[in-house]
Amino acid sequence: MSSLNPSRTAASPRAWRELERASRRENWGRAWYKFSHNPLSVVGLITVATIVLLALLAPYVTPYPEHAGPFTDFQNAKQPPSLRHPFGTDVVGRDVFTRTVFGFRFSLTMGVVVLALVVPPGVLLGLLAGYYHGTWVDTLIMRVTDIFLAVPPLILALAIASVLEPNLFNSMLAVSLMWWPWYTRLVYGLTAQMRNEYFTVSAEIMGASRWHILFREILPNCVSPIFTKMSLDMGWVILIGASLSFVGLGVQPPKPGLGTMVANGARYLPDLWWIALFPALAIVVIVLGFNLLGDGLRDLFAAEEI
Amino acid sequence: MDRPTPLLQIHDLRLQYRVYGGALQVLDGVHLHVHVGEKVGLVGETGCGKTSTMKAVLRVLPMPPAQITGGSIRFKGQEILAMDPRTLQQVRGRGISMIFQDPTAALNPVFTVGQQLEAVLRSHWGRRADRGEIRAAALAALEEVALADPDRLLDAYPVQLSGGMRQRICIAMALATKPELLIADEPGTALDVTIQDQVLRLLHNLVEERNTSVILISHSLGIVRQLTDRVYVMYAGTMVESAPTRKLFTHPGHPYTQQLMEVVPRLSGGGIAPGIPGRIPDYLDPPTGCRFHPRCPHAMEICRREKPPAFSLDQDHQVACFLYDPAQGSPAP
Repeated sequence: MSSLNPSRTAASPRAWRELERASRRENWGRAWYKFSHNPLSVVGLITVATIVLLALLAPYVTPYPEHAGPFTDFQNAKQPPSLRHPFGTDVVGRDVFTRTVFGFRFSLTMGVVVLALVVPPGVLLGLLAGYYHGTWVDTLIMRVTDIFLAVPPLILALAIASVLEPNLFNSMLAVSLMWWPWYTRLVYGLTAQMRNEYFTVSAEIMGASRWHILFREILPNCVSPIFTKMSLDMGWVILIGASLSFVGLGVQPPKPGLGTMVANGARYLPDLWWIALFPALAIVVIVLGFNLLGDGLRDLFAAEEI
Repeated sequence: MDRPTPLLQIHDLRLQYRVYGGALQVLDGVHLHVHVGEKVGLVGETGCGKTSTMKAVLRVLPMPPAQITGGSIRFKGQEILAMDPRTLQQVRGRGISMIFQDPTAALNPVFTVGQQLEAVLRSHWGRRADRGEIRAAALAALEEVALADPDRLLDAYPVQLSGGMRQRICIAMALATKPELLIADEPGTALDVTIQDQVLRLLHNLVEERNTSVILISHSLGIVRQLTDRVYVMYAGTMVESAPTRKLFTHPGHPYTQQLMEVVPRLSGGGIAPGIPGRIPDYLDPPTGCRFHPRCPHAMEICRREKPPAFSLDQDHQVACFLYDPAQGSPAP
């Protein structure tokens, strides 16, 4: 058949590439405009960026990097905040500021590792359960999920962390074990809904494989909610990690976990208030930062969907 | 009839949806066949089971709640209902393809047109094709559906296109696999009449050229009259009449078809047609006997008791109505 419309535009490939680049710039510009519309989102982004940078560069930005480990200097112990020690020193003379910055490393590791362990299996199970909505696969996966959700999260993590040897890795395992059901739930709902969307049925009719439908049609449509949830969850995972450290089941001294430091410092309240207060504030700031960032991302994606 | 085996043959298909309060008897003994190269229309009210029948053919009904309780669907002599997933995957796309009424929902919003079209082509050609070839084929496919500027369209997302463009792209995708049978489910309904006309003409030309068999689902009698060779009329999950298009429009047999013809608005005036009294029955508890009898002006005693079989008016005109039962004696209205 002769083409009914022979008019192909005569623009050169280079002109097209230039246009494409311009439109990509515009998309980013628009996204930033929407995100920055809420100043709190920007505050969250800056907080998170600062904490990540501090944690990455901890040995270079802290005044006494050697204080992060088993270090003692009893002559300088129990000093209140001053110019030399902005957050004061603890009972064995270690700089609290240095240890707090190193504490960010453990907190961020906790968040990143737990999410990395939790998201892939959680999402996969959610995809399967949603795709086989109404069949025994759905029932099996979602009832197991319900069982995990029915156990109080902190109690489960405490139980697991106390059975295993208490250290950072085991506390991450414990938190992971209780966290995946949330992703299964989220993706399950989205998939069950998208399963009957015309584009999925359409792909099926074209002879697409199950694999293609799950990972190339449905999953890409779940990406923004998953990312939003991840950034909101970072804060919560860090908080639970700090709680486990606080009760002695997470980061072990002399390593500077934020929760561990609060627990140790709490013994010297209220006289040596700075030992517990600053790590506690650090937890607040990091959790708040991730929550604000997550809210910003949610607004961004929500607006995009309209 | 000495014609060869039909490309698609649906025999006595029964389908129900399990819901709260029982089972919806959505299809109650549907018969349909399509020969190679034939263009068949399927008309009926909204909710009469047209789309459910076609989804059953492609086995894309959500099961549960849907449940096929009887009948057979044969494609080139092979039973679709008993096919293993691999064979079924071969039939879908290569054998049978489908276009939906809403082109917006039929395209994945997060991929460009090119990515989607190329994915279809790649799955059809297998691994042997290289990127350049696939790109060229995608461009050709878009040109075939008369879309201007295909280079740019390949990099566009569905939201950036108009309804007419999206429907053309859906047609391009459905035909890219060179199917033997194309099911078009109200392909113009979501578009305005001008664009609808263009799209239907285009579709008609494309299938004529390839000698593709077509099942055109529509509730517009005008469209069916223009584009099909033979028509099936469905009412509440039953096939009430089948006839060559011309014959159906000049001599509609079933009371339902006759009433359907009368309610078509005409420009020549006469006001708005009174319509068909009553409404489509409750599928949970469908009427006994003929499902149309509560709305039928000619309803007889037997219609309440027995389901009418298909009576042949002549060789290619079947009507499921006791008015045509020689045993009843009364001549047709």
